[in-house]
Amino acid sequence: MKKITVISGKGGTGKTTVVANLAYLAQDLVLADCDVDAPNLHLLLNPEVNNSSIFKSNKLAIKDQEKCTNCGVCYDVCRFNAVDPVNYEIDEYKCEGCGVCVAMCPEDALSLKLLDTGEIYNSTTRFGPMVHANLKIGSDNSGKLVSEVREKAVETAEEQDKDLLLIDGSPGIGCPVISSITGVDLVLFVTEPSKSGFSDLKRVAQVIQHFNIPALAVINKYDINEKISREIEEYLKEEDIELVGKISYSSDVVDSLRNAQLIVEQEQDNKVSKEIEGIWTKIQNRISQN
Amino acid sequence: MSSLKLTVLSGKGGTGKTTVSVNMALSLPNIQLLDADVEEPNSQYFLHPNFDNEEKIYRKVPEINQDICTACRKCVDFCEYNALAMMLDEVLVFPEICHSCGGCEKICPVDAITEVDRVLGVLKHANTDYDVDFWQGELNIGEESSVPVIEALKEKADRQKDVIIDAQPGTTCPTIEAVVDSDYGILVTEPTPFGLSDLKIASELMDELQIPHGVIINRAEEDSDYIIEDFCEEKGIDILLKIPFKREFAHLYSDGIPFVIEYPDWKDKFKSVFNEIRGGLNEENYSN
Repeated sequence: MKKITVISGKGGTGKTTVVANLAYLAQDLVLADCDVDAPNLHLLLNPEVNNSSIFKSNKLAIKDQEKCTNCGVCYDVCRFNAVDPVNYEIDEYKCEGCGVCVAMCPEDALSLKLLDTGEIYNSTTRFGPMVHANLKIGSDNSGKLVSEVREKAVETAEEQDKDLLLIDGSPGIGCPVISSITGVDLVLFVTEPSKSGFSDLKRVAQVIQHFNIPALAVINKYDINEKISREIEEYLKEEDIELVGKISYSSDVVDSLRNAQLIVEQEQDNKVSKEIEGIWTKIQNRISQN
Repeated sequence: MSSLKLTVLSGKGGTGKTTVSVNMALSLPNIQLLDADVEEPNSQYFLHPNFDNEEKIYRKVPEINQDICTACRKCVDFCEYNALAMMLDEVLVFPEICHSCGGCEKICPVDAITEVDRVLGVLKHANTDYDVDFWQGELNIGEESSVPVIEALKEKADRQKDVIIDAQPGTTCPTIEAVVDSDYGILVTEPTPFGLSDLKIASELMDELQIPHGVIINRAEEDSDYIIEDFCEEKGIDILLKIPFKREFAHLYSDGIPFVIEYPDWKDKFKSVFNEIRGGLNEENYSN
């Protein structure tokens, strides 16, 4: 089984649209939406949820008011400014559940409580199983939820003997994105020719290189700025990242998105559909080489 | 007139947060812009800052003195983040995933742990060509925790000025840290099912934090804006502005040119949005 994560660095470059259209071309695969902060893949694939489970990993310090003597040790030891200096109440958004206050409280008035991080869904799409999640708002363990989604998807793919797992990764360069690329065979960058898109690509590419994962790239909306597109192509060459295709800027893509449709399915003769098919062929070639 | 601190945010990336922050900052006098999207700080590509000041942000990570360490495992068991591990009677530190809580150093019974500084990120300052007082936070590659960089960045807020904060997209800690003590939040979205879904999450967050907020629709198109408008009407959220879907705007964006530079009449639109927000907040304070 091959595992591919699609990432972009910057948001809004078309990552999810590319994943959904590739899923149609692949037909028989397992999908995972690791963009748990703002999951969108389900909007295009309409999965039917088979079962769901609550994922708990966030911890929060809870105070037993009866035992507390307002000595202020918790305030002194907390590095996250989560303890109010006046009434020693704990701010649940700031508390990172490290447990230092719990360990240091002389009255044993504090404990760590496990909280819901989010909900994970095992679902079915018309192209195969899909694992996705909803992160609880204000949660701080999206990295762990991402890992859980990825691991569940791997399990599903192994159980059902599927050849391909396609993961919609998280934006950014931090913890969630690192969780979404852990252990995969290949990363596919979806970038766009803007100064910010290019800069974010370079930042996230450094993260990928750090983990030594082979990478491919797609330039989406390449004709918005052909000069920057050429610069990106140069950069990809230097970094030994194979450019597997460029996708034109077209309002047809947004139109199909608005109707929750896949352009490669609805308009097979469309220029963009042809471009995505070309990308899929190259990805397949690359997979079969490995 | 009191100074106003507002944060521009969105549930999803790529909706136009930076476009709104930068163009609004360029439309107002006496303004400070803080780029708190520290994983991908992009305002710089529109403001062409010559940075004149840099401050490194450090955090503490443990260092183990193996000569003293008795391999009792207390620190390994204590660490909630699995940043410490036991390997053949030696404690290994994984500084990238350490949250710098300082707990291991405190609980070590033989004082074998000391904390050392590690660079987490950097704050950079510039007075830009456009008369914007600009600070940006930048997270080092390979680091996972943005929050301390954002906290340090917010300390640069100059309350003699109006302050605009460009937040990280999403609804987790870094976004909350950016917005939590703002007077107002501008939620940027686009008229697609993705935009709507992510706007719902962002507005839920603002309700939970009890921060007044309004919406700017980016890439607006007459026959699609209902996707966002219906939701806002139902929730009673103001739509502050619509920025049309234009290839020209996309092109200017790609080249790092704020569109108010090419279309100066838009400065008045941003100015009135800002003044309306200020007016609304003053009224609210007055009636309270």
